[in-house]
Amino acid sequence: MSVRLENASLKALSTALAAREVSAVELATLFLDRIERLNPSFNAFITLDRDKTLDQAARMDARRAAGETGPLLGIPLAHKDIFCTEGWLTTCGSKMLSNFVSPYDATVVARLKAAGMVTLGKLNMDEFAMGSSNETSHFGPVRNPWDTNRVPGGSSGGSAAAVAARLAPVVTGTDTGGSIRQPASLCGLTGLKPTYGLCSRYGMIAFASSLDQAGPMAKSAEDCAWLLSAMAGFDERDSTSLAHPAEDYARDLDQPLAGLRIGLPREFFGPGMDDDVRVAVEAALAQYRALGATTVNISLPNSGLSVPAYYVIAPAEASSNLSRFDGVRYGHRAAEYADLVDMYSKTRAEGFGAEVKRRILIGTYVLSHGYYDAYYLKAQKIRRLIASDFTEAFKVCDLIASPASPSVAFRFGEKSADPVQMYLSDIYTISTNLAGLPGMSLPCGFGQANLPNPMPVGLQLIGPWFGEAKMLNAAHQYQLATDWHTRAPEGVL
Amino acid sequence: MTWEVVIGLETHTQLQTQSKIFSGAATAFGAAPNAQACAVDIALPGVLPVLNREAVVCAIRFGLAVDAQIASRSIFARKNYFYPDLPKGYQISQFEIPVVSGGGITIRVGESEKFVRLTRAHLEEDAGKSLHEDFHGKTGIDLNRAGTPLLEIVSEPDMSSATEAVAYARALHGLVTWIGICDGNMQEGSFRCDANVSVRRPGAPLGTRREIKNLNSFRFLEQAINYEIQWQINEIEEGRAIRQATVLFDPDTGETRAMRSKEDAQDYRYFPDPDLLPLEIKAGWIDEVKAGLPELPAAMQQRFVKDYGLSAYDAVTLTATRDTARYFEDAVTGAGKVNAKLCANWVMGEIAARLNKADLEIAAAPVSAAQLAGVILRIADNTLSNKIARDVFDALWNGEGRDADVVIETKGLKQITDTGAIEKIIDEILAANQKSVEEFRAGKEKAFNALVGQAMKATKGKANPQQVNELLRARLAG
Repeated sequence: MSVRLENASLKALSTALAAREVSAVELATLFLDRIERLNPSFNAFITLDRDKTLDQAARMDARRAAGETGPLLGIPLAHKDIFCTEGWLTTCGSKMLSNFVSPYDATVVARLKAAGMVTLGKLNMDEFAMGSSNETSHFGPVRNPWDTNRVPGGSSGGSAAAVAARLAPVVTGTDTGGSIRQPASLCGLTGLKPTYGLCSRYGMIAFASSLDQAGPMAKSAEDCAWLLSAMAGFDERDSTSLAHPAEDYARDLDQPLAGLRIGLPREFFGPGMDDDVRVAVEAALAQYRALGATTVNISLPNSGLSVPAYYVIAPAEASSNLSRFDGVRYGHRAAEYADLVDMYSKTRAEGFGAEVKRRILIGTYVLSHGYYDAYYLKAQKIRRLIASDFTEAFKVCDLIASPASPSVAFRFGEKSADPVQMYLSDIYTISTNLAGLPGMSLPCGFGQANLPNPMPVGLQLIGPWFGEAKMLNAAHQYQLATDWHTRAPEGVL
Repeated sequence: MTWEVVIGLETHTQLQTQSKIFSGAATAFGAAPNAQACAVDIALPGVLPVLNREAVVCAIRFGLAVDAQIASRSIFARKNYFYPDLPKGYQISQFEIPVVSGGGITIRVGESEKFVRLTRAHLEEDAGKSLHEDFHGKTGIDLNRAGTPLLEIVSEPDMSSATEAVAYARALHGLVTWIGICDGNMQEGSFRCDANVSVRRPGAPLGTRREIKNLNSFRFLEQAINYEIQWQINEIEEGRAIRQATVLFDPDTGETRAMRSKEDAQDYRYFPDPDLLPLEIKAGWIDEVKAGLPELPAAMQQRFVKDYGLSAYDAVTLTATRDTARYFEDAVTGAGKVNAKLCANWVMGEIAARLNKADLEIAAAPVSAAQLAGVILRIADNTLSNKIARDVFDALWNGEGRDADVVIETKGLKQITDTGAIEKIIDEILAANQKSVEEFRAGKEKAFNALVGQAMKATKGKANPQQVNELLRARLAG
């Protein structure tokens, strides 16, 4: 075949597997060999297990030999290490779980397994998904394949680097405040955070339960559509899972965009955005108009409150969610301790990194007696205002567009000394999580400020609840007209 | 100087569901440690709770039974604290909006009735158990109980003595077992009480309360409260102030001792559990549960008084448990409404005494309600004297015969009421006891009784005593 397999779309891989031009074992071997060769430069993976992967691939070949078909049968992928995978180390990027082998599969993992996908390994991430640069991982930072002096974004930084370096055709990620979209943007990928409740959270280690959502990260919108169709679906083990009928998210990819109304929030195009990001995003909007869409100016008046509200709600939930990591039943336990309280303190002092501790402290504080109303309750009220801003906006537009990140990938250490600067990396993505809306990022050019290393810029599209198919259609049509998404970092191909 | 006592009770009732409140693991008592703890119960990373609707049905049943409000929308909240037998580091409970609020229970102490108001009842999960013995200085954790559904029932501080508190606890215990939401087994911890106790001078504002935790028998409840009342009175009378505290009762010493004071009370940082949706209960669901609810003890007591002419005391005794009431009603069905009082006497007397002696529950009584009705019918139609009836009952209790009539037939216990037959026996007795006859005629009434005794003896007690009396007197007069 003409396209190199490591750079092929899911459709091309699916066709090649169906035509028996390549086996699942061969495909897995190809990617495992690439990982072995290239991963040391990027540190995208925490855990690899060649035997397990090849064994699984052989079983997929056997399923095909037995007559089974299916679009994803035999295609390899890798999982963010936040997903529990049976028999695999599942660390969540933390020392706390550095010895935890999961006895069960997350629902998303089980669904993709059932669809015939082969697990290549577990991907690096910010510890407990808390971070925007992948610098908080216990297993060391991930390096951006476009420039290894720069961060890949976070928290799904390993996921983003793996696809950018063509170490996996597609990957899973999770997004609590931008953790799929921001790294997708910084690594030149397409990534989608679905409507809250579309993908089961069962087996996905909780950061902030009311905000966490799993989603696909890939080279193209089409690949995201394919993967999402297999990931999404109601799960009775997750009470917040939505009883929404199964969808083929690729069904509308080829619809023309004529008449599409794209809303541009005034608040997302003001100061705070780097010039090279602005130039690329404006050009993308011009491209959309050329494809028949119209742009309308809208306002999301409360969006300025989204970062503060988020940094009350997410740490509050996290402080409680992370209480189970106490050294009693599994995970890290301090080697020596005097009594129970000492065991707790030492275990958690040793097991958690600085950012996780910071958020547990914030969360504990805002839930404390006497502060709950002023912080947590108020943040929940703001959350409702933010959601109603979007409801109003979607009366006059079909999708909303903005940059995914205010800047291109930054250098290691550039923001890690200042948590607030780091938190502002998610300024455009957080409000969609607060409102439970779907959002995605797609490559729309390269920032020119860092020549000779131009870094990818991402365009964010936000849809109404269950607007995934419409967003993917808009992204796919853009990708038919542009080639940003086909670019790969130098040296990986 | 007199003191007024103020008591409120918080009762944890373990709900009788097949599986746990937020997981599919079984709830049966006594399994090997951790054999009934699934991924959700041990709080593995990534697991999520799913509400067991059966537990909600139990809460609705209770709400209906105490005439409370059942919230159309209630919220599950997380109560955060660290303890080794609390796997998630938080307990899922209900805080601001409980599923049941208000309602109340009528209690009886002696001849007087009192209505105890309920504050609320909320659903929550139980924790596991810490085992401090047999681990060589370490602590073992058994998570079988973790996630078992509980309904925490909170009363208003409406009780003013240990006796009233026990009466309330007994009534509540009777009710939750009656409606089938709790097995009531106090030894296994299915029904345990915390008592909030304070004392004050009449008319003074409420005193500072101390909470006695985890009382798992009515006797301990009574002892603990009485001790606590006396302790608080002594403290105040000796000039010391009561400090709010949580205390434990030691059954060995009969004393209460402080566990922690209010100052080191924990901040549980309650907040709505984002893993669970608000619990919505539509009117239709409540109607459905209502349709399946049995007649409640209070209504049944009124009916017993009205329909069967029983005393209020009898009605309360007979409705102590649903099985007792069912047994009584089945006996009445067999023996007829006119014999209801007789049935009541037998159930509260002979049956209760024998069950107690044999340590049996009424559901396991060797004599069925239908068999008892058979005995009662033969008493009512004079086939059996009360004394012989006990012999028949004995025989049935020991499995000798299918019913009263069979026993009467095979043992020849039928009462002799045939006048001719009794006269014949009397004649024989008179002929054989001329001395007694002369004494009677000489005015010795005592001699008459001796002759009756002889006649009864001759018939092995089967002669109708009244007839024997009448006929003998007639013969002696003649």
